[in-house]
Amino acid sequence: MKRVKAFFAFWYDFVVGDDWRVAVGVAAALAATYGISQTSVPAWWLLPVAVAILLPLSLRRATRPHR
Amino acid sequence: MSNGALFAAVFLACVVEAVEATTIVLAAGTARDWRSTTWGVLAALGVLAAVVAVLGPAVSSLPLRPLRLVVGGLLLVFGLQWVRKAILRASGYKELHDEQAIYSKQFSAAREVATVRRAAVADWYAFTLSFKGVLLEGLEVVFIALTFGTNQHDVPLAALAAIAAVVVVAAAGFVVRAPLARVPENTMKFVVGVMLTSFGTFWGAEGAGARWPGSDTALLVITPTVAAFAFGLVLVLRRGNRPAAHPDISIAHVSTS
Repeated sequence: MKRVKAFFAFWYDFVVGDDWRVAVGVAAALAATYGISQTSVPAWWLLPVAVAILLPLSLRRATRPHR
Repeated sequence: MSNGALFAAVFLACVVEAVEATTIVLAAGTARDWRSTTWGVLAALGVLAAVVAVLGPAVSSLPLRPLRLVVGGLLLVFGLQWVRKAILRASGYKELHDEQAIYSKQFSAAREVATVRRAAVADWYAFTLSFKGVLLEGLEVVFIALTFGTNQHDVPLAALAAIAAVVVVAAAGFVVRAPLARVPENTMKFVVGVMLTSFGTFWGAEGAGARWPGSDTALLVITPTVAAFAFGLVLVLRRGNRPAAHPDISIAHVSTS
């Protein structure tokens, strides 16, 4: 059980890293891009916008003094 | 993306990983036992070869659009992690990556552990230290080479770039017999983070069904835009990071170059 936990912890750390919210945000942005691409509206802009929002937010969390 | 750009992108990313692995191997070998360290390196390379043998054909056989969606998403998450760390380092919120310091730390730690023999391995600590170091950094090399290679339909060229990077760094480490502290690793990590984020954005959006204006040439706009945005964030964070608030970090020593 301990080894299974360690295995999943390793892959979580490898893929998701320090801020899980970034991974969730990217997944949500990809899903939204897919949704928009099914309409006649251009969808290419959504991921760059997501990057422009997710990165500063993640940095803000990392640099905020701990309470 | 031209062949030259594919080679350069994979080579640069893999150099960064190889430098880190070399530091660990050097520390394990110098402080403990070279024979056990070498066995650890070979065992890790064997595991990595097995991962490539299993994942390579599986990834290559995926249809391009789902592949770009998955790979683009992973690259984007990966790239944002790298850029985030690089920005925090460049703005003084995180210590700069220092191979000499890491080497000294690993060396001291390795000196303190008692020698234990297991099976044919004379020094189990040296074996596991080098095995873990090479495997962890190697997994990133494999991931980058496979994802870039399959997306550009040229896995052999991406693999060649990855192998070239590892061989060059390992040879340099062997000749110098010291951590490659002169490699501008922090700058390279910044560049690689920007690159992974840009390609992840491009491929992820394409995989999700979006069409970029200008097709592949959109990358020529995305990459400098991401770089400028990341650099702008460094400047903003540096302004807010006053030495009094972070006495353990000297801004004077922080640089992206």
